[in-house]
Amino acid sequence: MIDARGLICPMPVVMVQKEVKKNAPDQLDVLVDDRCAVENITRYAKNSGYQVETSEDGCEFKLMLRK
Amino acid sequence: MKKENIIVILTGILVGLAALVLTALGNPANMGFCIACFERDIAGALGLHAAAKVQYVRPEIIGLVLGAFIMAIASKEYRAKAGSSPATRFVLGALVMIGALAFLGCPLRMIIRLGGGDLNALVALFGFVVGIFVGTIFVKKGFTLKRNYEVSKVEGSILPAVMLILGVLVLAVPALFKFSEEGPGSKHAPFWIALAIALVVGAMAQKSRLCMVGGVRDTMLFGDAHLLYGFIAIFVTIVIGNLCLSKFHLGFTGQPVAHSSHVWNFLGMVLCGWGSVLLGGCPLRQLILAGSGNGDSAVTVFGMITGAALAHNFGLAGNADPGLNEAGEYIVGGISKNGKFAVIGGLVIVLIISLINSKKEAKEA
Repeated sequence: MIDARGLICPMPVVMVQKEVKKNAPDQLDVLVDDRCAVENITRYAKNSGYQVETSEDGCEFKLMLRK
Repeated sequence: MKKENIIVILTGILVGLAALVLTALGNPANMGFCIACFERDIAGALGLHAAAKVQYVRPEIIGLVLGAFIMAIASKEYRAKAGSSPATRFVLGALVMIGALAFLGCPLRMIIRLGGGDLNALVALFGFVVGIFVGTIFVKKGFTLKRNYEVSKVEGSILPAVMLILGVLVLAVPALFKFSEEGPGSKHAPFWIALAIALVVGAMAQKSRLCMVGGVRDTMLFGDAHLLYGFIAIFVTIVIGNLCLSKFHLGFTGQPVAHSSHVWNFLGMVLCGWGSVLLGGCPLRQLILAGSGNGDSAVTVFGMITGAALAHNFGLAGNADPGLNEAGEYIVGGISKNGKFAVIGGLVIVLIISLINSKKEAKEA
């Protein structure tokens, strides 16, 4: 689980990128609280071969990246 | 083509058209939209500096912030947040402005100038890309200005409120402000038209996330050229518009409100690009984020306005080429010794900020 709440782009995507490059996980959950970060992580994840599901809870978003 | 790419391209075209229209209606040549120049003009109008040629309350800045604010509320994206190293952001905002004014324009005006055939802007673009590249090295190493936190809606609405009050005051009590009688500050499109155009551009920039730094940065970091489409769309629109209007003049010399001191055009935009990466977006993006509730970006904007005032109070800003002298020789403008010291000193400070905030992140990890 990556907690990128309170961080503005590009930091959330950089965190996801580091994890993907380092461990290439089959599944990865990411918490963010910025819609721009949701869009950017989704775009990066799809380009990296992941499917992305997003759930919204108030001001927070949980992205579930799956191979 | 993906919908998000279409939105950013349409926004780029809109910004390009807006710049052409505003120039045709009275804004200075190759300066239809310039965040650095217009914040500098506002600083002058408020009496924060005494450069008589650059004083005017630019409705473009007011409109951009309020347009973003309205769009953020309408799309339920308004989030009041702050607390991510605000003092550091203030300093970075001031330095980004000093770098931009050494070149005589923000990244947006750099594209607009390039679209008018001003090759000095090409030199600046190289500097801008180098600055972004250096910034991304630190981002990869863990640079961060730390997290922001939810704050009251009042805190998140400070810049929209300030801009609204500024707009009301300039209409109700114009005698409060200073207005240039000659020079770039005296050249402006009609207030209401400029405000209306900026409201639309601000709303679209909020929706599309348009950012002059973001396009280059994301391409370098992730191979994601999404935002670069907006950058290119602005340039293509401006070039076509200027060619149609016979206002495309290719060359280094004789360009409007520009100097051809290459080293300082380059280094000024290195400073601007590097600082903007650390801030998470270009001067335009800072206005849009501040309109969307980001108090840290509001602090950054206040830093930029302060930087503009400092740039003119201490003679740091670039001076346009005077042109031909009596002997027929072309005289190059540029920046003063103070300006050179400020740009080099700014780069050193940005380096220190980059190192300090990267090391701390590494320790935390």
